[in-house]
Amino acid sequence: MLHPTPHEYEHEEPIVELKGVTSGYGGSPALESVDLAVNRGDFVGLLGPSGSGKTTLLRTILGAVEVYEGEVVVEGRSITDQRPRIGYVPQIETIDWNFPVTVEQVVMMGFTSNRWWLPWRQRRDYERALEIMERLGIADLAKRHIRELSGGQQQRSFLARALVGSPHVLLLDEPTSGVDIKTRDEVMHLLDELNHQDVTIIMTTHEINSVAAHLPWVVCVNGRVVDSGPPSRIFTPEVLKRTYNADIAVTEYMGMKLVAESPHFFGRNGNGRGNSHHVHSHGEREA
Amino acid sequence: MFTPLEYEFFVRGLIVATLVGGLCGLIGVYVVLRQMSYIGHGLAHAIFGGAVTSYVLSINFFLGASLWGFVSAMLINIASRRRSISADAAIGIVTTSSFALGIALISKFRNFTRSFDAALFGNILGITQADMLAIVAVTVIAAAAVFVGYKYLLFTTFDYEVARFYGVPTGWIDAGFALLLAAVIVVSLQVLGVTMIAAAIVIPPVTARLLTNDFNRMLALSVCIGAFCGLGGLYMSFYIDVSSGASVVLFSAAVFLVALGYTSMLNRLNSSRWRAGSSNLGGEVESLH
Repeated sequence: MLHPTPHEYEHEEPIVELKGVTSGYGGSPALESVDLAVNRGDFVGLLGPSGSGKTTLLRTILGAVEVYEGEVVVEGRSITDQRPRIGYVPQIETIDWNFPVTVEQVVMMGFTSNRWWLPWRQRRDYERALEIMERLGIADLAKRHIRELSGGQQQRSFLARALVGSPHVLLLDEPTSGVDIKTRDEVMHLLDELNHQDVTIIMTTHEINSVAAHLPWVVCVNGRVVDSGPPSRIFTPEVLKRTYNADIAVTEYMGMKLVAESPHFFGRNGNGRGNSHHVHSHGEREA
Repeated sequence: MFTPLEYEFFVRGLIVATLVGGLCGLIGVYVVLRQMSYIGHGLAHAIFGGAVTSYVLSINFFLGASLWGFVSAMLINIASRRRSISADAAIGIVTTSSFALGIALISKFRNFTRSFDAALFGNILGITQADMLAIVAVTVIAAAAVFVGYKYLLFTTFDYEVARFYGVPTGWIDAGFALLLAAVIVVSLQVLGVTMIAAAIVIPPVTARLLTNDFNRMLALSVCIGAFCGLGGLYMSFYIDVSSGASVVLFSAAVFLVALGYTSMLNRLNSSRWRAGSSNLGGEVESLH
C-alpha cells in the first residue's frame, strides 16, 4: 500500500487548474465543463470507463486538444500563453517496439526542444540523462534496444525521457496497464518516490483496487468530472455508478475501500456451482 | 572488369548512381520507419504527373515537379493524419490521381517532342550536366537537413504525437520532410525511373534494419548500402545490358537477400547455442541428483 491515508499536503497552491473547460477533437467535445485544481505535490489518479475522457483530460493539460470553452492554467500561466513544462509518459501499448532505438536514444529525446538551435546534444545533456537513468536503475541498459527490456525497465525508460527536462508536473497515461503485478508495484513505488521529491503526478488508470485505491486522491471522469477526493470518500456505490454506469459493490479491507467482485462462473463447465473440472494433459477429466 | 571505366559517360553515370543510391538510402530510413514505404512509389507516380504538367506549361522541370511532389506529399500527410483515412489509402488517392493527370495530358497533347520513357524506366546514360548538378545540390541539402534536423526528425519519426507534447514543431518538420522527399524523388527519376524508385528508397533501410537495432547505425548503414547498390547495380547493367533502374533494384534485392540469409543464419546459430547451453545445464542438474 502506497498511501494508507491521504497526504497531508504541505502546499495548497494549485499547479494545474482547469476552469470550466470543454475540450475535444474535430468540433465534438469529449469533456464538458471541467473544473479541477491539482495542488503542487499531489498524486492524482484519473478513473473512469474506456472513452470517458481520461486521456483527453491529460491532453487538455498538455494543450494537445481543442479547448472550446474555459481555460487551462499550469504553474500560474495559461497554456495558450506558454507551453507548460510537463513530463509526459504515453501508454506503453502505443510504442513501436520495432523502432531501432536504444534506451539512451529514447531518454535523449527528452532534450529535443532544449536549445533548439543546436543540432547536436551537449555534454551536460548526456550527463543529465545518465544521472536520471542511474536514479531509475537503467543506466546499465543505456545501449540496449528498447524491445530487449522487461516491462518495468521499458516504463522506466519512458519515465526517464519525461524526467530529463526536470518537470514539476508528470502526466502518465495508464502506466500500469499490460504489466504484471511485480512490475506494476515497481512502477507505482517509483512514482511514489518521485512524488515525495515534489513532482506532482497525474495518471490515468483502469485498475481500481490495485492502483487507484492506494492513491491519495482520485478523480472520477465520465465525459465530465463526476467527483473527486480521497478513495475512502469517493469509492461508494453511488459515485461508481455515476462513473461507470454500472452497479459496483464496495467493500472494506484493512481500512481501505475496495471494489468487491461479484462471483461469476464463466465457461461451459463452470455450471454456476463453482465446481469446474480440471483438464489433464491427456484429455482425461476429473470432476 | 575495368572496361566500363574507359567510358567517360559511364564513369559519370557511376558517380550519379552512387549519389542517388546513398541519397535514397538516407531519406528512405525515415520513410520506412514512418511506415510509409509505399509513399516513394506513390510520390514518383504523382511527380510524373507534375513533370508532364511542367512540360505542358513550359515550367522548369525541377521546380515544377518538386513543387508538385511537395504538394502531393503534404496532401498525403494531411489526409493520413485524419483518423478516418489510413496512410496507404491517402497515398493511393493522391498519387494515382496525379499520375492519371499526367497520362491524360500525354494523350491530350500527342505532339510531345520529349520522351517520358526515361522518367518511367530510368536512363542514367542520358543524364545531362544540369541533372548532375541538381543531384549534387539535393544530396548536399539532404545531408545538411538530416544533420541539422536530426533530433527533430528522430522524435517525430519515433512518436509523432508525443513529439508535439515535447515542443517539437511537428507540422514544420513534416513540411520540410515532404519537400526534401519530393526533391529526392525528382532528381532520382532520371536515374531510376518512376517504376523503380520505391525499391531504392525502401530496400537499403530495410536491409540496414536487419543488421542493427541502433538508429544512428541504421542511418549510416542505409546510406552505405544505397550507395553500394547504386554503384554495383549500374556496373551490373553494363554487363547484362538492362535499364539502369531495373539493374540497381535487382542488385539491391540481391543485397537484401544476402543480409536476410546472414541474419537468419545468425538467429539459428544463437538459438542452437542457447539450446545446447540449456541441455548442458539440464545434464549438470541431473548429475547433481
